[in-house]
Amino acid sequence: MTTAAAPVPAVAVPAPRRTSAVRGRVTVNAVMVAMILYFLLPFWWLVVAASKNNDALFSTAALWFHSPGSFFDNLQQLFTYNDGEYLRWMGNTAIYAGVSGVGATAVATLAGYAFAKYRFPGRNLLFSSLLGAIMVPATALAIPTYLLLSKVALTNTMWAVILPQLLNPFGVYLVRVYVQESLPDELLEAARMDGAGELRVLWSVALPTLKPALVTVLLFSMVGTWNNFFLPLVMLNNDKLFPLTVGLQSWYQGALIQSGANALFTLVIAGSLVAIIPLIVAFLLLQRYWRGGLTVGSLK
Amino acid sequence: MSLLRQQGPALAPSSPAPAEPLGVRAVGGKSGRRTSGLSARARHRGMGLLLIAPFTLLFLAFLVAPLAYAFWLSLRTSTLVGGDHFSWFANYKQTFTDPQFLSGVRRVVVFGVVQIPVMLVLALLGALIVDEVTSRLAKVFRMTLFMPYAVPAVIGALMWGFLYSPTFGPVNSLSHALGLGKVDLLSHGLMLTSLGNIVTWQWTGYNMIVLYAALQGLPREVYEAAKLDGAGQIQTALRIKIPMISSALVLTLMFTIIGTLQFFTEPRVLEPTASQVISPDYTPNLYAYNLAFQYSEFNYSAAISFSLGAVVFIGSYFFLFATRKRSGLK
Repeated sequence: MTTAAAPVPAVAVPAPRRTSAVRGRVTVNAVMVAMILYFLLPFWWLVVAASKNNDALFSTAALWFHSPGSFFDNLQQLFTYNDGEYLRWMGNTAIYAGVSGVGATAVATLAGYAFAKYRFPGRNLLFSSLLGAIMVPATALAIPTYLLLSKVALTNTMWAVILPQLLNPFGVYLVRVYVQESLPDELLEAARMDGAGELRVLWSVALPTLKPALVTVLLFSMVGTWNNFFLPLVMLNNDKLFPLTVGLQSWYQGALIQSGANALFTLVIAGSLVAIIPLIVAFLLLQRYWRGGLTVGSLK
Repeated sequence: MSLLRQQGPALAPSSPAPAEPLGVRAVGGKSGRRTSGLSARARHRGMGLLLIAPFTLLFLAFLVAPLAYAFWLSLRTSTLVGGDHFSWFANYKQTFTDPQFLSGVRRVVVFGVVQIPVMLVLALLGALIVDEVTSRLAKVFRMTLFMPYAVPAVIGALMWGFLYSPTFGPVNSLSHALGLGKVDLLSHGLMLTSLGNIVTWQWTGYNMIVLYAALQGLPREVYEAAKLDGAGQIQTALRIKIPMISSALVLTLMFTIIGTLQFFTEPRVLEPTASQVISPDYTPNLYAYNLAFQYSEFNYSAAISFSLGAVVFIGSYFFLFATRKRSGLK
């Protein structure tokens, strides 16, 4: 019945230290809660604002609900405004992110594997230029790329947004490091001894081992394209080709120009909310992959 | 900015070892059985070239060619009167004496000097906390801080733009309620701070995760030893953990600097809200954009883009060189 007799594991911590440990714990928890609140603030505001109609948006407290019933009206408006241009932008974004993401990952995989496992002329030169390329700022490249693509009449097409993003020097670097760390030559040799051709070795032996690295490269290139603003802004004139980022910004500008009581504000807000949900869900679901991927090649 | 750019630590490990013994040699060794040594070698060369070909093509088309073309353009001048002609480095001379360009550079430098340390200290603090604490709260903390990374910079800037708004943002009503009077976060005096807040919100979590990953890679025995020597948690953090992840810190710092010099999206999104404050030359990159697309000054814009790229490239090279001991690069 009574537990008094049960041996209690001795806690060797002297009393003063224990209180300081408790105090430390309270401080740490307080810091965490404060930072969580700060980082959640814009999300909270977005959810609240997306549930308001245009009048309430301007006249009621910004951080609390007022007319939550408007949420579905806002969504309906969002998807139907201007012949459903939001849905079109969403589709464009999915195409840009999907095609560039998959393409960039494929190219980076082949190149990273080749750098790690084959010798070929120009290998060292190409690899050093790749390291340099990682440091070339992407936005400094966007305007020159625009000028070049306009020479060959490719601006204002989907290709102008997709093609430049197929080049992912960092992805190549990551795959190379990962191949070196996790794919011993002996394993490839064994497959060759069994009579597998080079492509077969790559497909059936190397790729399955490389999966975590590939998911990381894929996820980060897709997010990179999904979030990109500067490149499509520079490349595209035609609003039918806009991705969400450029489209939402154009709505926002439109709302400001037409000033105050404009329903576009509610669209910008609802549109922002809908746009960020897929990415947040993807990150939460794929946590274990990207977290593992981030440590790829980090110091042991 | 490239999203992979901040995966700093990964850059650290193998300052690429000179060509390892590759499959070539191994296959050559037992070549007698299947095929002659020479043809195996050739076959490997062929495979290597084949696999690298798509990357090489893209590299030439979307890195080398644009840079070369921009450089060529930047050496020319096009005027209504004089037509298009070769003007050597006149555009560069103009760039580095252009008060608009220089004030933009000064602005991003001032911005970075304040914002970068604030963000990295927060990220480091967060990383040390989630490395030490394993509670459910710490898990929520880690995910919450990382969430803004998944938000496009445009949407981050839009959300904060609304929150800053003097007409319906909460910040103003809050300061009013506290008796602080009207605070205009989009005014001249506060704009850089407001922009810094957006960038800090967006990137702290990402940097935290990178530093956390580096912390997780450290051998745990060292902490035990420190504990036996009587070090508390704070001492362990300051004297052991932070020095041991200095390479990750140096690299996150470098990639953040690269990002700061390219500062564009946030000022561009807030530009229409605060057109009195955010001028077309607010940041160098915004200036290059406006020169090209508002004023059709492509030659000059190319010179500015090229200079900006060169400054970043040379700067990061020297930074890596100067910190090579810390960053683990030899």
